Order: sequence, then structure tokens, then C-alpha cells
Amino acid sequence: MSRERRQVRNAWARHVAVVAGLAVLCVLVFLVSLRFGSYRASWSEILSVLSSGGDGAGYQIIWNIRLPRTVTAMLVGLCLALSGVCLQGVMRNPLASPSIIGISAGAGLSGVAILILFPDAHHLLTPVAFLGAFSTSLVIYLMAWQQGFQPTRLILSGVAVSSFLGAGISALMVFYPDRVHSVLGFMVGGLSARAWKDVGIILPYAIAGSVLLGVLAKRLNLLMLGDEMAVSLGVPLESTRLSLLLLASLMAAAAVSVAGLLGFVGLLVPHMARIMVGSDHRLLFPTSALLGAALLAACDTVARVVMDPVEIPVGIIMALLGAPFFLYLLHTGFKQHRS
Amino acid sequence: MPLKAEHLVVSYPRSSDVLHDVDFELRDGELATLIGPNGCGKSTLLKALARTLPCKQGRVCFEGRPLASFKTQELARRLAFLPQSLDAPHGLQVRDLVSYGRHPHLSWTSRMTSEDWNIVDWALAQTALEDMQHRDVDTLSGGERQRVWIAMSLAQRPRVLLLDEPTTFLDICHQVDVLDLVVRLNRELGITILMVLHDLNQAVRYSQRILAMAHGRIVGDGSPREVVNPALLRELFQVEARLLDDPYHGCQVVVPVRSLHARHIRREREVATTGPAKEAQ
Repeated sequence: MSRERRQVRNAWARHVAVVAGLAVLCVLVFLVSLRFGSYRASWSEILSVLSSGGDGAGYQIIWNIRLPRTVTAMLVGLCLALSGVCLQGVMRNPLASPSIIGISAGAGLSGVAILILFPDAHHLLTPVAFLGAFSTSLVIYLMAWQQGFQPTRLILSGVAVSSFLGAGISALMVFYPDRVHSVLGFMVGGLSARAWKDVGIILPYAIAGSVLLGVLAKRLNLLMLGDEMAVSLGVPLESTRLSLLLLASLMAAAAVSVAGLLGFVGLLVPHMARIMVGSDHRLLFPTSALLGAALLAACDTVARVVMDPVEIPVGIIMALLGAPFFLYLLHTGFKQHRS
Repeated sequence: MPLKAEHLVVSYPRSSDVLHDVDFELRDGELATLIGPNGCGKSTLLKALARTLPCKQGRVCFEGRPLASFKTQELARRLAFLPQSLDAPHGLQVRDLVSYGRHPHLSWTSRMTSEDWNIVDWALAQTALEDMQHRDVDTLSGGERQRVWIAMSLAQRPRVLLLDEPTTFLDICHQVDVLDLVVRLNRELGITILMVLHDLNQAVRYSQRILAMAHGRIVGDGSPREVVNPALLRELFQVEARLLDDPYHGCQVVVPVRSLHARHIRREREVATTGPAKEAQ
């Protein structure tokens, strides 16, 4: 019995160590991301700016340009990763990701419409993209609702609505070929020139979403056993599923409205986290959140540094590094680690 | 009476009624089994009793109260339901899965207390799973897995347990193992059990009461000897069968003789008129 107890403690200790390690990784990525770029700050400069402020060009760059950008990157990564875990859990489908519930298509069409049709109103891009993303996911839920949600119907409805809106995006780009270049940054997803106001937009969703998902983690675990089993264990099915879906949509919409269509994080990170800590959402949520934050901030740093002074949109770096890594996972351990 | 169905009508979305006017009572402490051909509504009845399907007409009462008046969590503290063919998420340990059975007894914020863990230990002991409590559920055999799910239901400490085909997909040894466990839960712990079984001999041998269903209605209700007879088997399953006495268990054994299915009969006639030689070609 004592050996058994020790095993339990070891399993927990290992998982806690993973989460702690990821937290340390986040801090490291955060500092590295502040240091490197077209302006090379020294460690001591970064620490003095973070602790006591200062003035001059170095302070301006670190405090008003790099810091908000890094914080935004981390929050966007966190939101997309949590949204992905949540959706994969609710739909019990390893292919589910924020783009499935229309986030990308909704934000894409409304964002492209603003940038192409009303270029003067480009400051409205973020709120309009948010509205587009969130309302599209509501439309998809309405379409899929039939005495409750069925995951398959939800996914198919998402695919259908997404291709419908995708046609709209393509049409706009075909009719206004001269303005396409202004849209590209948004379509690919990037974080250049993000400021404190962007942090202000996404922060409330990141905090509220993380807290509420933490509370719902236990129920999501039960939902994974199947609808009937979950009900038999006392989970009110539709209200739980609806709150999880709304949370996932809100977080993804907030992320996409700030950073553009960064689709891949929400698919990749949950699978990496599942390989690290298994399928218990009480561990999976914090692991994915930290992993998403670290990954996106790291990719953004690479995007800034690798072809300096030209900056590559972070979406491209994400896909270039993420896709091969994902395929590698698929090839090695992933078979035993499907959700 | 813990569970009572009154004029129950149930249908799936956009289809005709699956249950018509089902009326029956599950008595306290009994072990009852639903039998009937595929698609007769056995599983549907179980789901309606567990409130995973809504009733179109009529109602189900649990401990004298309409089922609809219970909160999901409140009901789950007294009534446990194990659906068919369950799948555990990858990498979940037996002990953790069994601990999910305590969920109905926890509030939003409270965590598992040592008393909850004692109940988990008790459920693991009842189902003889102590030795494998730290293994991943998906490394176990089918029979062991079924015991894990039953242990999870036990951790709910229910008064009534509904089991949908607990022995399907198990080999004969694990079937007997699971059914012996079910009988023990009923006799020693006093849990009222209603289950669906496909094997008539197991139904006859293990249950005190048989409910026979056909076309969404209950057509036979009573002790195995009262209900299971050649006439009922012909009506329910279109099969000609004889009943023999089992000298070891004091119950009867169903021995099927031939199918009375219309298609089968027609073919037999063809063989009779045209002769076996032609059939052989």
C-alpha cells in the first residue's frame, strides 16, 4: 500500500514538475523576447526597466514597444491554447480547434471587409473582428442546435459556415486586388506594433476565461466519458457544454481580434500538453496555457530576429516550426496519445 | 418503490415513438432484467428511467417524486446508470476514474475529502480492483474495464443501479464474473438493480424478475419461470425453443430449436417443395 501511495505521489510530483518547468520556461522566453530584436538590450537594462522604470530610448523600446508586444503574444497564445483544449474536450474530437467553430472565418470576413471596404476605419479592426468571430460561432451553434448539441453536427456545421464565409473573403480579395496587401498581415496573423491597449483588450478575457475554465475542468473530465455517463454522474449536460463553448469562443475571438488569424496554436498546443500530462483537464488547462504562452512568445521572437531588420509575421513562423513538429509527434508517440 | 414508470411514451427526435404506454414499478431491493429482441426499446426504457432521454408523455417517478423535479446532481446521488460500450479517455488511472463517481456528492468548490477517498477504496474493494487501481484503464481487459465502470457507479452510493448490457463483448468467464458481482451488489449491499441482458439463460438464472419487451411495450412481467415459456419466446424472438431444467442452479435453460422468422420459413418451404438436390446447386 505504501508503495502504491508513493506511486501516486510520484505521478503527481511529475505532473507538478512539468507545470513548474513550463512556468520557468515562460519566464525565460519572456526575458529573451524582451532582450532580442533590432535593438539589443542588455540583461541589466531589462531588469532595471522592469523594476524601476527609467527613461531614454532603451526604456521607450523595452517598456512601450517590446513589453506590450511580448505580453500580448503570451496572452494570445494562452487564449488560443485554452480554447483549443476546451473545444477538443467538448467535441471529443482531436481535430477540433478554434477555426472549426468559425472563429477564423468570422474574424477573417469582418476584418477583411473593414480593411478593404472601409480602409479609413482600420482602427475599428479589433472590435469588428471580435464581433465577427463571436457572432459566427453563435450562428454555428444555432445551426447545430437540435434538442442539444451533438459534436459531429457542430463540427460539420462549423465547416459549412466557414466555407460560406471563406467564399466572401475570397470574393472581396478578388474584387479589390489593389488593396489585398493591407489584408495580408491580418490573414497570416502577426504581432507587430502591438501596444498596451491591445493588452488591455485581451487581458480580461484571458483572466476570466482561465479562472472559469479552471472551475469547469472537473466537469469537462466527466463530459469526456460520454453524454449519458456524464448525466448519470450529475453533470447538467447542455448548460455545461454551452458554457464551455461560449468560453472557448470568447477567448479565441479575443485572441484573433488582436493578433489576426493564428490558427495553428489552438490545434498544436493541446496535443503537446496531452502528451506531457495525460487527459485530466485539471492538469491539461494550466499546461496548455503555459505552453501556448511560451510557444507564441518564442515564435514571435524568432519572427523578429531571424531576418532582422525585416520582420516575418509570427503566423508564418508558427506554421513553419509547428507543422513539422506536429508531424513528428504524429509519427512517434502520438498514436498512443490521441484524446 | 424506488422507480415507477407511468404511461411512458418516448421517441427520438424526428422518428416515431419507441416506447408506447409503458407502465411498471421497480420494487425496492429487487434484481430485474429486461429481455426482448433488438430494437424493442429496452435501452430506450433504461435511458428514460435514467433521464438521459426526455419523456414525450407520461412520467417516471423516483422515490415518489417525478424524475423531472430532480436536479441532475441530486438524482445522480441516488440513481446510477451505466450505458453500453463506454470509453475512457487515454491515460486515466482506474482510481481516478472510480473517484469520478463521487462527483455528484461534491459541490462546485469542494474537493475530495478523506471520506470520499474511503468510499473510493471501498468501491475498489467491492469490485476486487485494489491491485490494479494505479493502472491505466485502457490497459485493462474488457471484463476488468466493466468492473471499473461498475466500481465508479458504486462510488456514487446509489440506491438504484441501471445497467445496459453489462456483459456484451465479454468472454464467458468475464460475463460470469460481472454477473456474480451484480448479484452480490444486489444481495449484500441491497442495491436495486435493473439491467438489460441479451443472453436469455443468464437472464433466467441471475434475476428475480423478468420484464419482457416487444415493440416498445412490456408484454411479460414476473418471475423467470412465469415469464419465459415457449409461447413468449415464439412471440418475442420468432424462435421455437424448449425449456429444460438446470439441475445445478434450480432454474431453467432455454434451448433454441429453430428460427420461425418468415424468411427462414419461406426458405424451408422452398427446400421442401423443390427437394434438397436443387438446394445443393
